[in-house]
Amino acid sequence: MTATVSATAAPGVGPAAAVRPAARLSTAKPGGRRHLLSIADLDREGIEEILRLTDMFVEVSERPIPRVPALRGKTVVSLFFEDSTRTRLSFEMAAKRLSADTMSFSVSTSAVKKGESLRDTVETIEAMGIDAIVVRHSAAGVPWQIANWTEGAAVINGGDGWHEHPTQALLDCYTIRQQRGRLDGQRIAIVGDIRHSRVARSDVLAFTALGASVTLVAPPTLLPPTLAGWPVEVSHRLDEVLPSCDVVYLLRLQRERMQEALLPSLREYTATYGLTRQRARLLVPGALIMHPGPVNRGVEIAAEVADQPNSVITRQVRNGVAVRMAVLYLLLGSGVDLGV
Amino acid sequence: MSDGPFNQAVLIRGGTVVDATGKRVGDVLIRNGVVEAVGLDLDDAIAGAQVLDASGCIVGPGLVDLHSHLREPGREESETVETGARAAALGGYTAVVAMPNTDPPIDCAAVARQVFELGARATCEVAVAGAITVGRAGKLLAPLAEMADLGIRLFTDDGNGVQDARLMRRALEYASALGVTLAQHCEDSSLAAGGHMHEGEWSSRLGIPGQPGEAEELMVMRDLALSRLTRAPIHFLHLSTATSLQMVRVAKQGGARVTAEVAPHHFSLTDAAVASYDTVFKVNPPLRPPADVAAVKAALADGTADAIATDHAPHAQEDKEAPFDQAPPGMLGLETALALAVTELDLPIERLLALLSWQPAAIAGLAGRHGGPIVAGAAANLCVIDPEVTWVVDATRLASRSRNCPYAGRTLTGRVRHTVLRGEPVVIDGEAQR
Repeated sequence: MTATVSATAAPGVGPAAAVRPAARLSTAKPGGRRHLLSIADLDREGIEEILRLTDMFVEVSERPIPRVPALRGKTVVSLFFEDSTRTRLSFEMAAKRLSADTMSFSVSTSAVKKGESLRDTVETIEAMGIDAIVVRHSAAGVPWQIANWTEGAAVINGGDGWHEHPTQALLDCYTIRQQRGRLDGQRIAIVGDIRHSRVARSDVLAFTALGASVTLVAPPTLLPPTLAGWPVEVSHRLDEVLPSCDVVYLLRLQRERMQEALLPSLREYTATYGLTRQRARLLVPGALIMHPGPVNRGVEIAAEVADQPNSVITRQVRNGVAVRMAVLYLLLGSGVDLGV
Repeated sequence: MSDGPFNQAVLIRGGTVVDATGKRVGDVLIRNGVVEAVGLDLDDAIAGAQVLDASGCIVGPGLVDLHSHLREPGREESETVETGARAAALGGYTAVVAMPNTDPPIDCAAVARQVFELGARATCEVAVAGAITVGRAGKLLAPLAEMADLGIRLFTDDGNGVQDARLMRRALEYASALGVTLAQHCEDSSLAAGGHMHEGEWSSRLGIPGQPGEAEELMVMRDLALSRLTRAPIHFLHLSTATSLQMVRVAKQGGARVTAEVAPHHFSLTDAAVASYDTVFKVNPPLRPPADVAAVKAALADGTADAIATDHAPHAQEDKEAPFDQAPPGMLGLETALALAVTELDLPIERLLALLSWQPAAIAGLAGRHGGPIVAGAAANLCVIDPEVTWVVDATRLASRSRNCPYAGRTLTGRVRHTVLRGEPVVIDGEAQR
């Protein structure tokens, strides 16, 4: 790809993106490669297409033998430069249920520690003849770089820095739709460390694309430097937001935030922004409690609250496999024979 | 390549001569490294002169870059004095100031002497900036007098700002006795720490840690105060925000001894370019939003900024092909600066040459040899510019050893046709002669 200097031609630019180059995963140019890099690359129809397909794969997952031959002969590599057992296992299980071969590459066992460059690592893996790369990296943008360096493989963003985690957003949308019927008109509060959260950035894009309204609830130190162009409301008082929301989405708080002077203490965070047992009573009946995991019980959410019936945290994990099956199928499948 | 002075006579024919004294149509005759005559119809003045066609072109003093990273010694895989000087000559430069963040850094006479020696054979004059502190570490004063004795007139820890206010004060005081100028890379490192692009709308969306413009502005404010306190001159490197430039504007109105440079990328690119995640757009100070870009242009128009300086910063491809937060900051600039100025700035050519030639020559202590005026007896350091021609930047055809050019594919107006160094045509019709 040639370097672009204009704002409008740039990929993955967030809520105010003027151009959405590949609105649907399944309708990219014939012969052209398809990737899933950012929710910003999908429009409403593109997201809904994935959710519809997910319904079918949820049904497959409930069979006694939850496996279909759709991607037989395809190879999916998970290339994880950052620890994430959950996302990696979810992608690998999705690939296996589609009968694809899977390979796993993590930084602790790799040549990267011996000084091999990111580009050499990627080119070496692609040279083995693979069909898709699921990449997780601590730096924003690495999936774009990899997509530029590779020629044949589809690239799936499994989380890049603070930027995006598109399959998490898709599984969140699926879970909300499954539990509440639709996203249109849903009032969703995303609570916690928005600044450092790739989940929040993808969720804001996906939720609002599907017609939900989003309120971000966090101390100013845990919000992005500016929210100009983000289609969201902001609040610093969780108690005022909870009674009027349909979904409360809690983000994981990393303990090192205290060292950066972003917060005085975990105790103060829990007291002001944690979903404590008392605070959870402010929710209307039927309001969902969500979390991308892993949960810090007792910090952003009380242990009992995480286990309440309206908490759908484990449901999110289960739906994650089916959503990732849908994404892999759309990117790698023939598009004709679903094999279901 | 030639040893010793270039002796053949050269006639630059049919151009418009522009220097600080004005603009006039005329030929320029050069012999033995100096301008012998300027006037109409010098054709008959000498037989056997090498003729350089300048019809439709501007004949100006050679450009002077206050800010080039030539990478030698230490990072010869990304640039050498020889390749950097060739890029400079192609860009119309007859002198560049080599920045001291080499390995080892230019923080003593021994390393400075090495760079001067490498520069003696190069296709432009290589002036050297020395470090302010030992190892550019910001702790102890470097031997400024020893380096000033070699002719060094600018000192900077560029790449780092001098963080300690007391040390900067002492450096300014000490330097004032040597007749040299300290140049600051303005960045408060505690506020900028960990930021890989401008902090704002784009960094918020892209999830890249940002550094606010205020990290630059805090040090501009501090150093204006220290310059006032010590009555020593200060030069600000690559200013990039509206507030920085406004502070300089006000300080100049109050008679402060301050000069400022801006870089071509800060008037040609915005932080939106980073949305591609292409590390070619990673630079320090970072690309800024459109309001700052407009302020940089305004500062060039009203004289707040004294010079356009390239901050030419070559990096090997393997270093730039890294995740955004690991890639080194910096972009090439020598071969595109003039064309960007012609293309992006709505200024007459005599103003552009002031910003690219005689004003930076004065700041670098190179006036007399560089920056004109173009009169009989002056050193023949000249460039010939075609201000109308358009061309497309091809990053694979640059003389620099590196390829981190952010303007690849961009159509620019204005190009250097010939460059003459000490009477020798080192660039003829856009081709380096050695």
